[in-house]
Amino acid sequence: MDWSPLWISIATSVTATVITLFVGLAAAAWREGRKGPAMALVDGLFLLPLVLPPTVVGFLLLLLFGRNGPLGKLFLELGATIVFSWPATVIAATVVAFPLMYVTARAALEQVDPTLILAARTLGASEWRVFREIALPLAWPGVLAGTILSFARALGEFGATLMLAGNIPGRTETIPIAIYFAVEANEMARAATWCFIDVGISLALLAGLYYWTHLQGPGRVRWTRR
Amino acid sequence: MALEVQIEKKLLDFVLHVSFRAEAEPLSILGASGAGKTMLLRCIAGLEQPDRGKVTLNNRSFFDSEAQVNTPARQRRIGMLFQNYALFPNRTVAENIGFGLKGLPRDEQSKRIAELIKRTHLAGLEDRYPRELSGGEQQRVALARALAIEPEALLLDEPLSALDTHLRSQIEIQLQETFSTYRRPALLVTHNMEEAYRLGAQLLVLSRGRVVASGGKEEIFQRPPSVEVARLTGCKNISRARAISDHAVEALDWGCTLHLAQPVPLPAGFVGIRAHHIEFVEAAENLGGENTFPCWLVQSSETPFRITLFLSLQQLSSQPQAEGSQLQAEVFKEKWLRFRDKPFPWHARLLAGAVFWMKE
Repeated sequence: MDWSPLWISIATSVTATVITLFVGLAAAAWREGRKGPAMALVDGLFLLPLVLPPTVVGFLLLLLFGRNGPLGKLFLELGATIVFSWPATVIAATVVAFPLMYVTARAALEQVDPTLILAARTLGASEWRVFREIALPLAWPGVLAGTILSFARALGEFGATLMLAGNIPGRTETIPIAIYFAVEANEMARAATWCFIDVGISLALLAGLYYWTHLQGPGRVRWTRR
Repeated sequence: MALEVQIEKKLLDFVLHVSFRAEAEPLSILGASGAGKTMLLRCIAGLEQPDRGKVTLNNRSFFDSEAQVNTPARQRRIGMLFQNYALFPNRTVAENIGFGLKGLPRDEQSKRIAELIKRTHLAGLEDRYPRELSGGEQQRVALARALAIEPEALLLDEPLSALDTHLRSQIEIQLQETFSTYRRPALLVTHNMEEAYRLGAQLLVLSRGRVVASGGKEEIFQRPPSVEVARLTGCKNISRARAISDHAVEALDWGCTLHLAQPVPLPAGFVGIRAHHIEFVEAAENLGGENTFPCWLVQSSETPFRITLFLSLQQLSSQPQAEGSQLQAEVFKEKWLRFRDKPFPWHARLLAGAVFWMKE
């Protein structure tokens, strides 16, 4: 059996999660303390990939990264084609995982007692130091939860990936795509194997997350304390 | 060394409009909840931005709306204490105290931390986390942490209000100790008049965003300039008054004529007397004496050592009494036991020196 879908899925999800972690955190930190109707629009925009059909996300990404799209042209000038390449799987997974990271990171940052931030400022700390040494460590359990959810979501990405990256075995064929094409080719045993593997990984991740946030002592204290 | 503040900031339902100058000594800012005290401190510290005005500390301009100066909080070197202590929960006591010392050489940091731990009586707790400390210890850590940056001014936002009575007096002593060596402006915000009196050398009374009294604390407590200040400083007895001669007024709410030690400045205003200044005298010897009136007990309310008596200067009838017509007298229980069983009317004396005149 060809194991490449497993390695592609893991490589894609890990890369997408790392990108999402940084971009999501940056977006959440930037959004903190900003008010106004424009911000509501920003929130809507950031959350959109969570509710849009994956086909819509995939189509919009095709418009952006296609040969005639603004970003596609840019990459072409640099000598790279995004569509139907491995990076395309990462882009699709990042975009759909981003909202989960963004919401959880924001909720976690909002839970940090604002007077701690103020106290740190009066003690001479720069905004970067306040974020890195006070806000982030205190929001860390939530951020980690967001990271795991993002990973699980990236692992499960199908629609947008298929549209942007296609199905090239050994390059862009992730587990969900392998399952789809196995079923289409009537290779039920292969489809079932991949299904079990996918369910196994996702279940382990989610169970691990819940174990970690609900059963562990410090985790529980953190969640209930403000 | 002085802190000069003159700011204006629109708040939810009123405008904070304050100007004052704090010398190198503790200044208490007294005001009811929601008077704008916390916002005032945050504007001084640079944590909030006023709409207009100036904040100057030792001739350094921190905020000036006209010159477009607004120094960020981290560069102001103003130490701040918060009601909920605001200790960093992920750092030990020593790490909390050392947070503002980043940039100094390591051994200098540990030297200063050790010194502050000694000064705030925290020896032995260096490696504890805030959650392992009592409220009083936590506030001492917060004080040490604020002092670590050698602040040019100290701002204390209700530092005692989350503590229970016993710890409160301990921290009060700690603060007095700190103030005695800290010869820079220190602003203490509180809604507790006794705290304000004990800790501040000067007093500023704030009401709905405005300064309604400022100056020496004895003066403000002895003769509050207005009804508002009288109430905020804990005066229970206030009556509308009409002047009838240079040194006499008719107290309209209480229904009596009072002699005052000070001349009456205006034809109409208010008079007040603190509850513990009302004395009880024997009828036979004093009836008709200065400011002595027969009185009847309406109600009473006990605390462990004292009793508050709600009195009427008119004989009680079945008709409901007008609001504000009762006088509140506060006496020690030992004293009260001596006349509690005597028949009514009792006789209350409102000493002329204790009655003060106020404007609206």
